[in-house]
Amino acid sequence: MKNELINYCLRLGDSSLILGQRLAEWCSKGPMLEEDIALTNISLDFFGQSRMLYSYIAELKGGDETEDTVAFRRNEREFYNILLAERPNGHFGDTIVRSFFVDAFNFHHYSKLKESKDSVIAAFAEKSLKEVVYHLRHSSEWVIRLGDGTEESKLKVQTSLNELWSYTGDMFDMNDGDHLLTSEGIAIDLEEIKPLWNATIESVLKRGKLDLPESKYMQKGSRKAMHSEYLGHLLCEMQFIQRAYPNSQW
Amino acid sequence: MEKVPDPEIPVLSILDLGVVRSVNVNDEEILIEITSTYSGCPATDVFIADIKLELEKHNLTNVKVQMKYSPAWTTDWITDKGRVKLKEFGIAPPVNEPDKSILFAKSFVVPCPKCDSDETHLVSQFGSTACKALYQCDSCQEPYDYFKCLR
Repeated sequence: MKNELINYCLRLGDSSLILGQRLAEWCSKGPMLEEDIALTNISLDFFGQSRMLYSYIAELKGGDETEDTVAFRRNEREFYNILLAERPNGHFGDTIVRSFFVDAFNFHHYSKLKESKDSVIAAFAEKSLKEVVYHLRHSSEWVIRLGDGTEESKLKVQTSLNELWSYTGDMFDMNDGDHLLTSEGIAIDLEEIKPLWNATIESVLKRGKLDLPESKYMQKGSRKAMHSEYLGHLLCEMQFIQRAYPNSQW
Repeated sequence: MEKVPDPEIPVLSILDLGVVRSVNVNDEEILIEITSTYSGCPATDVFIADIKLELEKHNLTNVKVQMKYSPAWTTDWITDKGRVKLKEFGIAPPVNEPDKSILFAKSFVVPCPKCDSDETHLVSQFGSTACKALYQCDSCQEPYDYFKCLR
């Protein structure tokens, strides 16, 4: 049970960390000052969320593990983040659509997860949810603005939607450990989240005069730590200092 | 604790901000529980160091500061004194936001901390720190920070 719990916390924490790292890449490159600050503010929330879980994992594992070793001493086949999190930033519309899919998922997921029987996970969800409300408002409003904006912005954001769509199914993937934790009241059955997520996506796209992508094919693998090539490169950059100078401190 | 400031809003002490949840003193040690405002707030680590430093000045060295995540911090815990200090500093304190629905929340008035005008507008939901949004006053034109309501 302990191993399943650790693995489940990695799923949640890694998804936050990796998307946080991606959003941090916008620092000083945002399309305007307010967005530069918004994206990096959101990134900071994700880092904080992952820290909460990594400290818990370190505590569960015991020994010399710390939140930093959990973040910086694992290779890509030991990361369980959702595939969407590692997708490259692309242009601003790509980043917004990626965030929109994830924010809507986090919102519905954490709304239920705050009732978890594991007190640390429940506290994590309760705290994160308050931040996720702001994230979802930010990304949804941009999807609508870009969709109902100019011909160019509509075309670009519709293309982002179509291209990222096949990575959304992966968010709902569960392994045996997740099912076990669900039966114990610790995790959430993601099948229950799916219709709620769909409803949010549909209503926002409708307001933005955008089409729901039709493709049924879904990429999978991250729940088994199978990733796209992008993750390795991201980790190289993120982990470099701790790999080159282990245990270095500020 | 009154002497430990919020590193990002130095007019507020950590007591004004409402992040200190409990203090337990026994013969061997002092145990202090604090809650972070936003989970990624970099000020949290500074709080912990500053609390220890301040107590050290009083020869209290066996101090443990622990994070408490639940219940999650809310802006309702900012004291009345803290709200007055925020406004004097030029940051609009959190107002009771009526509608917390995700999309197209009904707009609410955040009065200007300088001239008290209600004619203001939101510039950006995200400001210089995780806890603030950017507003501008349409009467005196002052741009200012708003301490976002978090519940």
